[in-house]
Amino acid sequence: MGRSLKRYFPIFVLPLLLAFTVSFLIPFLAGVALSFTEFTTVTDARFVGLANYFEAFSAGGDFLNALLFTVSVTAVSVLVVNVAAFSLALLLSRSFRGNHFFRTVFFMPNLIGGIVLGYIWQLLINGVLAKFGVDITFRQAYGFWGIVLLTAWQLIGYMMIIYIAGLQNIPPELHEAASIDGANGRQMLRHVTFPMVAPSITICTFLTLTNVFKTFDQNYALTGGAPGKSTSMLALDIFQTFYGSVGKEGVGQAKAVIFFLILAVTAAVQQGIAGRKERGAI
Amino acid sequence: MKRFVRLLLLAALALCALAFASCGMREDTIYYLNFKPESAQVFDRIAQKYKEETGVTLRVVTAASGTYEQTLKSEIGKTDAPALFQINGPVGFNSWKNYCADLSETEIYKHLTDKSLCITEGGKVYGLPYVVEGYGIIYNSEITDRYFQLPNRGTAVASMEEINSFAELKAVVEDMTAHKNELGIEGVFASTSLKSGEDWRWHTHLANVPVYYEFLDREIEVGKPESYRNVYLTYGDAYRNIFDLYINNSVTSPKLLGSKQVADSMAEFALGKCAMVQNGNWAYGQIRDVNGNKVKESAVKFLPIYTGITGEEEQGLCIGTEGYLAINKNVSANKQKMAADFLNWLYTSKSGKEFVINELGFIPPFDTFADEKPKDALSKQVSEWMDREDVFIVPWVFQTFPSQNFKDAVGAALLQYAQGTVTWENVKETFVKEWARETGSSLPQSPEGGSESGSASDSVSDSVPESLLESMSETGSESASMTTSESASGRESSMVEGVESRIREVLPFG
Repeated sequence: MGRSLKRYFPIFVLPLLLAFTVSFLIPFLAGVALSFTEFTTVTDARFVGLANYFEAFSAGGDFLNALLFTVSVTAVSVLVVNVAAFSLALLLSRSFRGNHFFRTVFFMPNLIGGIVLGYIWQLLINGVLAKFGVDITFRQAYGFWGIVLLTAWQLIGYMMIIYIAGLQNIPPELHEAASIDGANGRQMLRHVTFPMVAPSITICTFLTLTNVFKTFDQNYALTGGAPGKSTSMLALDIFQTFYGSVGKEGVGQAKAVIFFLILAVTAAVQQGIAGRKERGAI
Repeated sequence: MKRFVRLLLLAALALCALAFASCGMREDTIYYLNFKPESAQVFDRIAQKYKEETGVTLRVVTAASGTYEQTLKSEIGKTDAPALFQINGPVGFNSWKNYCADLSETEIYKHLTDKSLCITEGGKVYGLPYVVEGYGIIYNSEITDRYFQLPNRGTAVASMEEINSFAELKAVVEDMTAHKNELGIEGVFASTSLKSGEDWRWHTHLANVPVYYEFLDREIEVGKPESYRNVYLTYGDAYRNIFDLYINNSVTSPKLLGSKQVADSMAEFALGKCAMVQNGNWAYGQIRDVNGNKVKESAVKFLPIYTGITGEEEQGLCIGTEGYLAINKNVSANKQKMAADFLNWLYTSKSGKEFVINELGFIPPFDTFADEKPKDALSKQVSEWMDREDVFIVPWVFQTFPSQNFKDAVGAALLQYAQGTVTWENVKETFVKEWARETGSSLPQSPEGGSESGSASDSVSDSVPESLLESMSETGSESASMTTSESASGRESSMVEGVESRIREVLPFG
């Protein structure tokens, strides 16, 4: 068995391994390496040690501001998206006429590209704010809720589909047994439904967390960071550092590496916690 | 395992071979990375014509608006790199230094009318200006004439030609606003487009005027980056004068400017909703091509941007160049020569010149164009203003602005000022601080103060090359500047006092 595995290893694994190396591993390692250099193009770089990392955290505090803003947007969005998606899923997993139609409707926003969505929502929000003589660039709070609204609108449908799949996988006899035992609706939701869809909750929170954290195009099109840079999320801040300044490519790269680390650690911790809960449930 | 490693190596080799094979085929083409999206289609036709006449393929790739630097960054790293590309003034040259070939031996350089326009270093020529452009306040003379015929107008000014100072401009504009219903306009000025990415007319072009006068006072030369590692925006009040005039007499309420784009402003002007708009001769197409255009070609005219600085009566339009063509010295010698030949063809051959004048609408700075004059209304005006003896040109010193980040920050501050959430002091502070931050210089407090840290970094920059300073500011600028601050602060403060007294003389508003 072992021998034949070894013999066929090149045929089955090698193509994928090569693709993975070329399109992920090499760029990733090169990116990390570049964060320790000063460079204009990737082929001419000069080693500068940790200088880029120091500057990322010092230069005017843009990065820290963006980090704080991103964390707040992410926290609020994860909550809003998951609560709304789960409620919708509960509603639309009941059998009534047209429930498939509504699922499609709620899923649709997810199919529109971020830049387009950003511009559409900018028009909508500005249309409302114009009544008060201002626009979305007027205050940070407007941009904040604008991004949350846009994210929610885009992600709820997708998460809803995952929750519906999870709900449909619950064997009906569990609910039946619970109702025979005299459980009311709330108790059934708390003690039967929640534990049974725990895997879906894990997946959905993970997807929303990473998606919102990485938001770029929606942010770019909706506010572009205005007013000032106060609504720049991390990805936009990295982009602005990399392309907006002369000779700051390395700093942008350093920020991107920090960005990756934060995201990887947060996701890992979240997975760990959720995983324990899931196992506890079963 | 050994076998696996061998296979991996083989695969890697095959990939390399493939990559080399594909780049070898492009030896007979010139790759031009075009900066001007508005000329993209013209360049396609130029490429066709060039192929017909010389048999050489010109490959033109155009970067989307505002993305030139990033496109160049990724393209120039490739094996099939652009042979011909654009750098934006001395700041752009700084980041592309290692890629620019010396052009002093090229044929086209010899045809340049004003050799001082080039980007040079150490006696070598690295960037050739390929177009001269001008901007100012564009006005619709039909509307202004209507104003001057009003019996109840509140100013003594009788025609636009009479206006030669900010005070007169302000009086006329404000009176026009008061009569806007009779004039059939919604506001005197088109929207001050302050949407992020659409605000370059204010943080770059408008800021050029006060910064130019400051440079004049400080005797700064654009070719010496170490001399403008700090600006103080000494003419900030002049900047504010004109900006206030724009936003308070506009079609759009100041609080709604954050969503306006340049195209909106140009459309407002073209449709006759306003009388004036600040822009340059490149925008003529944007005026002409608007559906339902109500502005006659003969009615589109230029007025200099007056801001209230003493001596501005003789000021003309802001005329200069931002685009410099450079040849990539890292491509093969053959390709470099082909690129130079193409430039020569474009600016000296009959068919090339026709494209430049008629289709690109350039005002080319070469002596081969002695007989051909630009044809569109605004370009014609720019060359008339250039020929006038009684006014001086405001050159484009904005090519010294340190980076896009700086410009974006100023644009954002201007927007917040327009919305009323920050004061003009904040705008000024942003301007000065962001400039210092992007040049890697320590922050100056104010021109009067001549602070320790500001003066120290200035003196360091006198003797230390730019690149070193960059890295110093990241790691150890503290220690490096400490050593020289003692000796330098005296010299700096005396220089600053000089500037200050000069400002007192010049500024009408004390």
